[in-house]
Amino acid sequence: MTEPAITPELVAKHNLTQDEYAHAREILGGREPSYTELGIFSVMWSEHCSYKNTRPLLKTFPTKSPKILVGAGEENAGIIDIGDGLAIAFKIESHNHPSAVEPFQGAATGVGGIIRDIFTMGARPVCALNSLRFGELSNPEVRRLFSGVVSGIAHYGNCFGIPTIAGEVYFDKSYEGNPLVNAFCLGVLRHDQIARGAAKGIGNPVFYVGPATGRDGLAGAAFASQDLTEESSEQQRGAVQVGDPFMEKLVCEACLELLATGAVAGIQDMGAAGLTCSTCETAARAGTGIEIELDKVPQRGPNMSSYEIMLSESQERMLIIVHKGREEEVKRIFDKWDLPWSQVGTVTDTGRMVVRHGGRVVADIPAKKIADESPVYQRASQEPEYLKEVRAFRLNGIADTRDPVAVLSQLLAWPSIASKNWVYRQYDHMVRDGSVVCPGSDAAVIRIKGDSLPESSNGRPVPEKLVALTVDCNGVYVYLDPYEGGKAAVAEACRNLACSGAVPLGATDNLNMANPHQPELFWQMQESVRGLADACRAFNAPGTGGNCSLYNQNPSGPIDPTPTVAVVGLIEKPEYVTTQWFKDEGDAIVLLGEVADLQDPLFGLGGSAYLQVIHGQKNGAPPRCDLETARTLHTTLLGLIQSGLVKSAHDCSDGGLAVCLAESCISRLIARETPRLIGAKIDLSAFKDIRLDALLFGETQSRVVISCAPRDAYKVVERAKLMGVPAVQIGKVGGQELDLKTAVGEFSAPLAGLHDGWWNAIARAMA
Amino acid sequence: MNFAILQFPASNCDQDCVHAVRVLGHTASFVWHKDTSLGGADAVIVPGGFSYGDYLRCGAIARFSPVMQAVKHFADQGGLVIGICNGFQILCEAGLLPGALIRNRDLQFHCEQVFLKTANLDTPFTTRIPAGKLLKIPIAHGEGCYFADETTLAALQAGNQILWQYCSATGELTEGANPNGSLQNIAGICNARRNVAGLMPHPDRASEGILGSADGRLIFESMIAALEKKSAAKAA
Repeated sequence: MTEPAITPELVAKHNLTQDEYAHAREILGGREPSYTELGIFSVMWSEHCSYKNTRPLLKTFPTKSPKILVGAGEENAGIIDIGDGLAIAFKIESHNHPSAVEPFQGAATGVGGIIRDIFTMGARPVCALNSLRFGELSNPEVRRLFSGVVSGIAHYGNCFGIPTIAGEVYFDKSYEGNPLVNAFCLGVLRHDQIARGAAKGIGNPVFYVGPATGRDGLAGAAFASQDLTEESSEQQRGAVQVGDPFMEKLVCEACLELLATGAVAGIQDMGAAGLTCSTCETAARAGTGIEIELDKVPQRGPNMSSYEIMLSESQERMLIIVHKGREEEVKRIFDKWDLPWSQVGTVTDTGRMVVRHGGRVVADIPAKKIADESPVYQRASQEPEYLKEVRAFRLNGIADTRDPVAVLSQLLAWPSIASKNWVYRQYDHMVRDGSVVCPGSDAAVIRIKGDSLPESSNGRPVPEKLVALTVDCNGVYVYLDPYEGGKAAVAEACRNLACSGAVPLGATDNLNMANPHQPELFWQMQESVRGLADACRAFNAPGTGGNCSLYNQNPSGPIDPTPTVAVVGLIEKPEYVTTQWFKDEGDAIVLLGEVADLQDPLFGLGGSAYLQVIHGQKNGAPPRCDLETARTLHTTLLGLIQSGLVKSAHDCSDGGLAVCLAESCISRLIARETPRLIGAKIDLSAFKDIRLDALLFGETQSRVVISCAPRDAYKVVERAKLMGVPAVQIGKVGGQELDLKTAVGEFSAPLAGLHDGWWNAIARAMA
Repeated sequence: MNFAILQFPASNCDQDCVHAVRVLGHTASFVWHKDTSLGGADAVIVPGGFSYGDYLRCGAIARFSPVMQAVKHFADQGGLVIGICNGFQILCEAGLLPGALIRNRDLQFHCEQVFLKTANLDTPFTTRIPAGKLLKIPIAHGEGCYFADETTLAALQAGNQILWQYCSATGELTEGANPNGSLQNIAGICNARRNVAGLMPHPDRASEGILGSADGRLIFESMIAALEKKSAAKAA
């Protein structure tokens, strides 16, 4: 087969700059790359695989802690010790561009990819999360994307048999045409089961396992590293892969079974950049070389070129390096699962990645150089103009509310705040018998039990563990102040964990950003990363890796910078597990934290849901996130929970105190069509110096509403104050209304109406 | 008692069923779909999941697997067999239970807790359920709408073969309580001989308080009681 000649146009089409091309030639000893090699350089040096625009920023994350067993960037996912010889592996990854073009398959394969990253580490995947952003639901195209993404995630996760147990969904115009789909997976394993993506052992055979390679998903990594254009949907549909969760389930089971035999020297999934990335990276990590024979790669179509085989992103494929002499075990296990396998190559001592096809060498590249010597750019950065206006914004022109009940109803029915039951009801969130707190509370809680772990020859009994998970980010805050917004994302996640009774262990972040070549957009990313990193340090939640998705913009503009953060924590004892809904009539309701930040000229209303929904303004400096205050709140709350004093805990975030209180009254679900509504009588009349809208709907940070037995109220308030956390009893649980007494009047909202708007808003928008 | 838990490619509640049985203090072993023997098990659980990826039709391929011949033989001998979710679909496809499970009324997957009313307390699957008790057990399926022709339905009713029906928190068989559009709110049935049952809800996910409900235990405990009675009778 003749390959195209390498012309400057062809190089440009592969998104390589002249400098990058020159560097590629240098790596090749001065010669011109073959067409296949050009393709290999193109995908390996795409942002998706190389992080060339973001690496300097990512280095600022705290990544160390005595509990980290595998750190950020070392492998496919980070691994954290959870005690008793057990560990968790987790990571978040985006599939934004594919989902924009083909929502169902784009989202489905996003889930598939992240699950593979986890079992590649030797862990059994036990739960999934996702963080989604769409335009406004009034737009039919947005509804198509939203519904396609949700069914894609459901299709893949449900069939694979992983509980999709938590997540978040926001709707904002900035994501129109460029939805964000971030998928997270967590797996569990014993310390001695950690597998590595390294091609170790000269002479070891290299196996390809899983379904055949097709022409689907050609160069998807490169596609994900460009702006979406109007032609994208038509031209690039072929770059979207097609997922088969059935195959993934079999591949996962077979891989875990094979890993338990000890025959595996190294293992890596073929994700972005497929066979190319997995061969280069495994060789680079081990400091070895690798030789593969493309004629031996199972192929779906006839006459596939070496370029196509190397760059295909066909799903559910793995590369496994096996200890020499133990090839039969691979064959036995993969035959048992009726999965294709093929011995495609060998580990060598040359340090080179050599690819043969039809008797010819089609690529011969130093593996370490291409994997580790990708270009790194320090992009120009400049504070955006719009921030001047944002900072100057004041409440002068904003009339205070006179009808807080109507506002509350509107906020609860705003899709970004409304119940996401339309979404999570489509996800199997209970499979694997571990779902202790299901979607609908501040953080999900899963139980890890002995049979959650991969099979092991020395499978000693292990104690049960409780892990809490959440993913958060308020993109509007980040847009209005990237540094404060970045901090707030991590703070909210850690606050959610504290509310559920958990101590943070580590974080994984997904930077969803626009074009890094525009200095103002790069500045947003830089500042938000500074915020994330500072907050991760403050909460002792080191980053264990993550993903960067750049070029998230469409013809009508860039997305709001959205660095989503998933934080995972440990709950020490089952009795510490806490949920957000009020429990019993007569319980005392206590607000931990300031009622409003009086030093903030906007009293927490900047960037609030209230300003957006009621006044149509996405403006104003967002609430300040003081990390010291937040940390004190979280440790105090945990102390109270661990003393057995707290019956419910719910954090104040979008929609402020009133939404937080309403959700505490209406969010408990007993079963289908059986919510448990329990009212509250709230007295805020002591707070006279603050506007009513700011009091009820301001989003001042570091606040939590808890409930406790009436006899414990005094103890709770005094203990919190002693720890330096403002605390005041603001009411008690009971009745069928949410009654709000304020300095300017008394208001009463029947729960049935609040619940109906909140529970059904999304279903109605989608009907 | 020892339960055989069938494992098809992409069964994904197999582990959960083993766990539920062990929580009850009994033993369970996996039986691979290519096996032709049930290894002397006392009862069979056909677990939930997406056997063979649900390709063609839920359960349509699984019915041809070698292990299903063994299950048929076991059922013919009077052995206790229960199919949960995909397992129920497989038993219907295999002809061990009448009727079929088609796509949910709203064409969406539903994962949620539901209430169940037990319509017949006198079967090996229901004896331990107190009269009048509603069971809270989760469902998780996209194709759980029970359908049968009128004759079959009449026969089910006449034979008291309807075991569980979706109901409201107060026990009414309402349209709103029915998550998938099943005829007569049917959530589970048994065969005429009363030794093979199937249901869409997952008792395997409702066997411990920490998971929100332990009502599912009552179904497994009924089976265990029936098996113990049988083995006591044999011994005597």
